[in-house]
This record gives sequence, C-alpha cells and structure tokens, in this order.
Amino acid sequence: MAKYGFFLGCIMPLRYPGIESSSRAVMESLGVELVDMKGASCCPAPGVMRSFDQTYWMAVAARNLAIAENMGVDIVTICNGCFDTLFEVAHKLNHDEDLRAKVNKILKDASGMEYKGTVNVRHFVELLYKDIGVDAVRAKVKGEKQLKAAVHYGCHFLKPSNIKKIDDAERPHVFDDLVEAAGMVSVPYKDKGTCCGAGGGVRARTPDVSLAMTKENLTNMTNAGVEVIVDCCPFCHLQYDVSQPQLKEFNIPVLHLSQLLGLAFGLEKDKLGLESHQVKVNL
Amino acid sequence: MFTVPVIGLADAKEPKPEFTRKVIEAGGKTVNLCFQCGTCTGSCPSGRQTAFRIRKLVRRAQLGFEEDVLPSEDLWLCTTCFTCYERCPRGVEIVDIVMALRNMAVRQGHMAESHRKVAELISKTGHLVSLRDQDKELRGRLGLEETPPTVFSDPKAQEEVVKIAALCGFDKLVAGGK
Repeated sequence: MAKYGFFLGCIMPLRYPGIESSSRAVMESLGVELVDMKGASCCPAPGVMRSFDQTYWMAVAARNLAIAENMGVDIVTICNGCFDTLFEVAHKLNHDEDLRAKVNKILKDASGMEYKGTVNVRHFVELLYKDIGVDAVRAKVKGEKQLKAAVHYGCHFLKPSNIKKIDDAERPHVFDDLVEAAGMVSVPYKDKGTCCGAGGGVRARTPDVSLAMTKENLTNMTNAGVEVIVDCCPFCHLQYDVSQPQLKEFNIPVLHLSQLLGLAFGLEKDKLGLESHQVKVNL
Repeated sequence: MFTVPVIGLADAKEPKPEFTRKVIEAGGKTVNLCFQCGTCTGSCPSGRQTAFRIRKLVRRAQLGFEEDVLPSEDLWLCTTCFTCYERCPRGVEIVDIVMALRNMAVRQGHMAESHRKVAELISKTGHLVSLRDQDKELRGRLGLEETPPTVFSDPKAQEEVVKIAALCGFDKLVAGGK
C-alpha cells in the first residue's frame, strides 16, 4: 500500500472538513494510505503570504516539508495552493544551495529541523491519474449518474508548468478524465482555464473584483448548461460555493473531486460533508 | 552610444536603473526581457474586470519608476494565476516580478488592513483560518478529530512557527514596523 503524508492546509480542515473526510475515505478505498503530518501548519498560501515576505513563506514551507521528510514519506495534498507552495519552495531550495542554507538556518533556530531535499510533493489529481490510473478509479464506480460537469482546474495545480510538468496548461485533460471516469460528462465552456477569482490576496483585499471574476466564470458555465462544478482546490471550492448566494443568480452545486468520487464510489453520504455547503447539493 | 527617444512624451521621466536592479535582486530576474507586446494584459482575468494592466506594471518596474509601482493599488489586483507567465513569448516570469514588488511594497508599509489581519493570524497561530466551535462540531460529525492534527493540536509545533515569524522579522512587518 502506497503511503503518503497527508498535508491538510487551512481551508479544507477548518471550513470544508467534508473534503477531508471524503479524501481520507476515497484514498483508502483506492489503496492509498494517508498518514497525518502532526504539527504541520499553513503551507503558507502562495498568493497572499508569498506576497508579503518570501523568506518567511519559504521558511514555514520548509518546516512542513521537513516534517514529511522526517517521517520518511512523500506529501500528498488536495489543494492547489498548498501544492504550489510546497512544490515551488522544494523546487527553489533543491536548486539553490545558498538559499537552502539561509532558509535552513531559520528553520533550525526555530525548530531544530532541517530540509534536506528528499521529499516529493504530489497533488492528489496527479497522483490518481499517474499512480492509480483512470481505469482503477472507474472500476470503483457504482451506479453512474451522468451530469454535465464544469471541471475547474484552478491555477496552481498545473501552473507554472515549466516546473510542474503535469499536463498542458492551456488544454489539459488529466482532471477531466478522472471526472468522466466518475460517470460525469465534462462539458467545454468559455475560458475554462480561468482563475476562480480568489487568489493572490484579491479576495481579501478587493472582494468586488474577486466576485466579478467569479461571476464571469459562473455565467460561462451556465451558458454551457452545466449541472455541477467540480474543483480540485478548497479555495476555488469556497469561492464558487460562497459567491453564488452573494450573487443571487446562480445555483450550481460545487463538489471537490474527492466528494464526487465519494458519491460515485457509493461511500457513506453523510461522511462527505455536502450538507455544509452554501449551495445545496442534491445529486 | 545612442539613446532611444521616448516618442510623444515630452515630459518623460528618467529611468531609474537602481530600482530595477533591486527588483531583479528581489526575484524579478527576467524583468528586462519584456518587449511590451501585451500578451499578458490580453490574458489577464483581473484586467478584464478592472483598469489593471499588467503590461504597464512590468514596464514601470523595468524603467525603475518605484513611486508609481510600490504604493499602487494595481499591484494588488493580480491573482497570481500564472496565465501571463505561461503565455509570455519572452519568458518573463511575471508572477515572480509581482511578488518581488509586493514584498518591497510591504516593507515600505503598504499593506491593506484586510491583509494585515490575515498575516497576523498566521504569524500568531500558524494557520490563516481560525478554528471555531462550529468547525469542531462539524469535524466531529464527519468522524474526524475535532481539532485537526496540525499546529492547532500541538502547542510546541505552534511555537516553532511563531518563532519563524520572529526570526524573519515577519511579526514586526505585520505589526506595521518597516
């Protein structure tokens, strides 16, 4: 059984814990063992926290990386933001010895730990696609329910693609393939690869601008006749779920891929946390 | 030696290469590669909703117009979506430039109150979202530990993250010190 350190981050465990319970159950049924990274913190968020101070951003991220390293496991995350920070910081520190020494000095003084550069950071969509495989996911699906799904990749799962090298950032397919394996039809919609509007500190600082971006995406999804939005990031998830009641003109249920797979696999529905969503999920 | 005239700008400002150098040192290594084609602006989801033009921001950074860039609201309209970064035909790492500029702006004290609150939360608790009673209750109902197994359930671990903030001077930066 493959074993990974499960990096929780902030929004999933604290605002959408249904994504956490779904992820744990789905990964278990696919034969992936998730172990807790005890004492881990915020990744810290790649848009907002990196904007303030990159040294602090890297030092806190290095601590999270070192926790997994000391456990002897690679990291898996179900969040684009956590994935970006942990992946990018590991990449930077692995390729710049001076920077690693500088960050390690801070980390050592604060915690006695050190980042050595031996841990891999995985996004669960990429892990499911590459290591488990679309067929193995499809084999678990019971009673298909075909709905038109708007697959929302978000920004930091695939980009920057020059270091992540997961899929074509303009016309990706890995996430769509998994959503279709769960019985959905991934429908094309205008500007599909666009940002949800939440990132970079924009949601906190200029909520009206953030909401305008989300509204444009929701309009494009509505015009394509979608019945459900499927995301792979709790922050995009929050943005789509919380914005719809604010905008008052949309009513498209929002599922994280882990929740969609939980439904498709026939897992206990009350453990998926769907009732805590702002937009009612009646699927 | 010759200089390129700035056409149509009688009162054009002098470039300030010392600021451009600072941007490069702070992580905006590729800023001088930009030839102002505008692919970035054409790809920018934020620029569709606002007057924010990422091309102009990069130009101002390139020319070293510090006083136009660091206090500007525009600097904070980028969602860091990386679309411009992906599409730039010159390989300008635009998000890295935005990050370098934002770090410099924060050091000069330009930080929105909403951002200060978020930064304070993480520097003091290690998470940028709080744990409320309703979250604990929901976690319990879903079969999860009421308090997630993070810094929230480990005071020693939390202390380490707080210490990183102090060692980086991040706590003071957030408190408004320059």
